[in-house]
Amino acid sequence: MTALNLAAATQITRQPPHLMLAEPMLTMCGISKNFGGVKALSDVDATVYPGEVLGIVGESGSGKSTLLRMMNLEDTPEAGSYHLALPGRENSNLFSLDRFERRSLRAEHIGIVYQNPHLGLLMGHTSSGNVAERLLIAGKRNFAELRERARQSLDASEFPVERMDATPRELSGGMQQRVQLAKAIALEPAVLLLDEPTTGLDVSVQALVLDTLKRLQRDHAITMVLVSHDLGVIRTMADRVMVMRRGNVVEQGLADQIFQDPQHAYTQQLVHAKL
Amino acid sequence: MNIEVSIPKTPAPVLRVEGLTKQFEMHHLKRTLFAFDNIDFELHEGEFILLRGENGAGKSTLLRTLYRSYLPRAGHAYYHTREGVIDLASAADVDIAVLRRREIGFVTQFLNARPRVAAEEVVAEPLRLAGTPHAEALVEARRWLSAFGVKKQLWAAYPSTFSGGEQQKVNLARALILPQRLLLLDEPTASLDRDSRKALVERLTQLKASGVAMIGVFHHPEDVAGLIDQEIALKAIKIEDQ
Repeated sequence: MTALNLAAATQITRQPPHLMLAEPMLTMCGISKNFGGVKALSDVDATVYPGEVLGIVGESGSGKSTLLRMMNLEDTPEAGSYHLALPGRENSNLFSLDRFERRSLRAEHIGIVYQNPHLGLLMGHTSSGNVAERLLIAGKRNFAELRERARQSLDASEFPVERMDATPRELSGGMQQRVQLAKAIALEPAVLLLDEPTTGLDVSVQALVLDTLKRLQRDHAITMVLVSHDLGVIRTMADRVMVMRRGNVVEQGLADQIFQDPQHAYTQQLVHAKL
Repeated sequence: MNIEVSIPKTPAPVLRVEGLTKQFEMHHLKRTLFAFDNIDFELHEGEFILLRGENGAGKSTLLRTLYRSYLPRAGHAYYHTREGVIDLASAADVDIAVLRRREIGFVTQFLNARPRVAAEEVVAEPLRLAGTPHAEALVEARRWLSAFGVKKQLWAAYPSTFSGGEQQKVNLARALILPQRLLLLDEPTASLDRDSRKALVERLTQLKASGVAMIGVFHHPEDVAGLIDQEIALKAIKIEDQ
């Protein structure tokens, strides 16, 4: 695996951006995290620009989901900083907020869709109630407005709104993911985090969910971070890709470059295994 | 086909390539595949370069390297943008993404068809990403599909089910709907019938006249004989064991 390194493949160092005028929506620097004696993340940097979809690939244990949990402020690292381009928050390292501030920031500005709907939804409450809960946390109290906003959000996620009073327990896997998505986008988050959103769904249902995500991305330019071990999903969705292995970023680039001209031995192995 | 292209007249070349070198490190074989070495050329506004060479000489590889689907090993590709000069060989990924949305187009023989997206939506997408309202973008997309001879019954169908030739027409319509400043053409006529080839050459002639710079690989170079300003011949380089 280490016979050739990245430096051998290209002698060219990437320049900082000149044409991209927007500031990054999300910036993480030097993230390190240990679980017991195991290094889950070592000195990881990540940058996502407004409207971009960043794909993170890697095998189980590569640290990709741990990194996503950090982005969702569910966990804090031993070292590193995290900034989101939110008005009034540009200069604050979000990891240094107390847990109440973190929770309210997460509720208002970060949306997440988990692989397992049980993590994101109250399975016994109605679908509209699940979405409205997110709005309640943000201080909305008027019942008619809550219901209307929940309906709009479910509709945007291509959930059949006539079923908005069904509980997730009564819905199929693909529909549960749409409820999670509606909840995640209800407050127009700064960043939408997707943790294996289509893993475990039938191929046809998977295509429908990806299509919805693609449409949301196109029509609303939502900034997304998508974690998946499925290269097909990443290829369909991502603008840029970060390849992780054993807690390190081994390579990153434009999605077509990662798939057509992978530089690192590990990425080549990964891409060749797929094709 | 009445999209106007407005490009500032500048004496500097659109693209100046210096010492551009590409090789592939194939880690699992412990081998290096040399694609092309030390290429230099200049391309000005409204110029058309034809790349020549046998199969495997690196023609498509050069186009993909300029588009940055491939990373060069060494060298420079200075591209003059409205904001100044940027080296495509080393520019940040997000800058390349900006240029691809705005002014550098790539036309291939293959369409990467996304499931469940109608042909007209595929073609309209570049316009929509550039801010054109949906309805307007669709009208334009249909006009282009029609210009390339895609039958009306297919406009709302999914291209993933189309024949190779029909897919390519969708691809061409998509690639040429937005006026670009630099067009990279990778065998755009490969599986087209005569009428669509004619429509394509007409459009390329029109683009050239309006100042678009182009580099292309053509299976039948005689199709574009009237457009060629420069020819660059590439030769295959041998594979060396490490």
